[in-house]
Amino acid sequence: MSEPEVESPTVGSRGPELAVALFLMALATLVIVDSLRVGTGWSDEGPRSGYFPFYIGLALLVSSGWVAVKQLLGWRRDNPGFADHAQLASVWAVLWPSIVYVATITFLGIYVASTLLIAYFMFRHGKHRVLLTAGVAVGTPLAFFLVFERWFLVPLPKGPFEALFGL
Amino acid sequence: MDELNNLFNGFGVALTLPNLGFMLIGIVLGVLIGVLPGLGGANGVAILLPLTFSMNPTSAIIMLSCIYWGALFGGAITSILFNIPGEPWSVATTFDGYPMAQQGRAAQALTTAFTSSFVGAIFAVLLITFLAPLLAKFALKFGPAEFFAVQLLTFCSFVGMSKEPPAKTIAAMMLGFALAAVGMDSVTGQLRMTYGQTELLKGFGFLIAVIGLFGIGEILLTMEEGLAFKGKSARINFKVVWQTWGELIKHWRLFLRSMVVGCWMGITPGGATPASFMSYGMARRMSKSPEEFGKGRIEGVIAPETAAHAAGTAALLPMLTLGIPGSPTAAVLLGGLLIWGLQPGPMLFVEQKEFVWGLIASMYIGNIVGLIVVLTTVPWWAAILRIPFSIIGPVIIVICAIGAYTVNNSMFDVYMMMVFGVLGYLFKKLRYPMAPMVLALVLGDMAESSFRQAMLSSQGSLSIFWSNPLVGSITAFALVMLLWPLWGAAKSLARRLENKGATA
Repeated sequence: MSEPEVESPTVGSRGPELAVALFLMALATLVIVDSLRVGTGWSDEGPRSGYFPFYIGLALLVSSGWVAVKQLLGWRRDNPGFADHAQLASVWAVLWPSIVYVATITFLGIYVASTLLIAYFMFRHGKHRVLLTAGVAVGTPLAFFLVFERWFLVPLPKGPFEALFGL
Repeated sequence: MDELNNLFNGFGVALTLPNLGFMLIGIVLGVLIGVLPGLGGANGVAILLPLTFSMNPTSAIIMLSCIYWGALFGGAITSILFNIPGEPWSVATTFDGYPMAQQGRAAQALTTAFTSSFVGAIFAVLLITFLAPLLAKFALKFGPAEFFAVQLLTFCSFVGMSKEPPAKTIAAMMLGFALAAVGMDSVTGQLRMTYGQTELLKGFGFLIAVIGLFGIGEILLTMEEGLAFKGKSARINFKVVWQTWGELIKHWRLFLRSMVVGCWMGITPGGATPASFMSYGMARRMSKSPEEFGKGRIEGVIAPETAAHAAGTAALLPMLTLGIPGSPTAAVLLGGLLIWGLQPGPMLFVEQKEFVWGLIASMYIGNIVGLIVVLTTVPWWAAILRIPFSIIGPVIIVICAIGAYTVNNSMFDVYMMMVFGVLGYLFKKLRYPMAPMVLALVLGDMAESSFRQAMLSSQGSLSIFWSNPLVGSITAFALVMLLWPLWGAAKSLARRLENKGATA
């Protein structure tokens, strides 16, 4: 068992452990509740729709419950590091632009959103020259446009900007 | 010699000009995927799968499997030159590969790694060539009960063999099964677990999960490690290759051992990553100078690379013959087969001879092409790695988003990809294994339907899993694997009690 760390800038893993286990338990409950709704027994034609998922849900509940209980029992004993604050900050620095990016695709289409994402990253984290930034940020989506829409004929989400060109 | 005949026909299929072209594209894309952080074999294939829907299935699988070989090769480049394992199975290669590069023996290390990979893969392909038809013929006798028992064995071996805590392995696996069950029940047509959401009608696509878990999740992890690419450069010339090959022949026994370890771990769903570690460990233990490992021993590169490639290739054996993939990437390829309307399993060898043997023949050629490509192009790949992460990172996020969107042309999938990405990061940090989850997601429907068919024929009695010696022994073996961790726990408990008795 590792020593409990006193006053360290790291975030312990017991919080995330418990949260993930509780999240899985919640999902398991959803599975079990809906399996009971559609029926876990037998009908004239054989097993009902909830027959198999019910036991899956049960196994998920038991296994994640086990993880949660083990966390709670050993709550005071040890708390191995999850990540330190600097690490979490850099994860967050990728995560939030990605979430914003995915949300923007809905409104602006994937090409404009991609340009913005790449430009933001190169400008904010890479401190690249403006010309290079603009080149990569515009060139990459353009290349994807040619590959997907022209070559493979796979349509990707488009927004008002593409509409200007009648695409 | 039916197999040889079939194999020659297969070469006829694979050796056409378009298929050779697809092979080359596949290998190059694969190495690129293996070199870039955040893109690996599984999600690389997942992203490109939608683009192949319109292709002829044989060419498509040849290209996709070549991506897989390429990724296996590419992982070695980053581990040796940059000390960054591009893929989890090349972690063990960094132990001795990077020290070799630091000592200025990068070219030798790379040649060793590529050659070992090649040898491991070819051995596994030979195994597939001669074992797969036999296994398929044997599996033709399987009924639903036998199939479910084999699937049970697959999943139970994850619990028994994984290094992660058993409770977490089971939880991850069950999450996969639960996600697979969402949507329309294929037997009764009833909706389940959708809670009124129309987007969930189709259920959770495993491709989306793979792209999120392995792609976005990996990017988040890479970011956390604060990646700075500072690597050695390397140029391989023919003289070094020749000298290294001369030296490698002396290690034939090590090759043989690593190949056996790799094939075994690949067929049973241990996968390439544990195979590489196991083989490295064995090489060190059996060496005359174990203390020199980790300081740049050539054996430390041979063992993990041979085993990883043998395992990665052998993973396709159960996928083709039983419809049970031995690794996440094989699982994605299996999903591709289903989408192309090919039912993996023993019937594939009867009904789709041209496809199966074309694929097997392409494994031989693909690996030869791969070896030549990587040996000649190493400096370029090293140059790609020097592109700063502030450029590569967002481009990979864009590629993942496009990949997730093109699966079903739905934005909902892109949102789900982000959710899976965060989950992938948390799972990786908290040591929930992802391979069983992906496999459960792919196999969930199949496992459920074979279970229900078995239950139908036995009128709901579990005794059908003991009804004949074949299914009984598979089930028994599965239960042994499931309860294996308990045995370990009991042993350590007994030891603790003994110690207590001794001190008291």
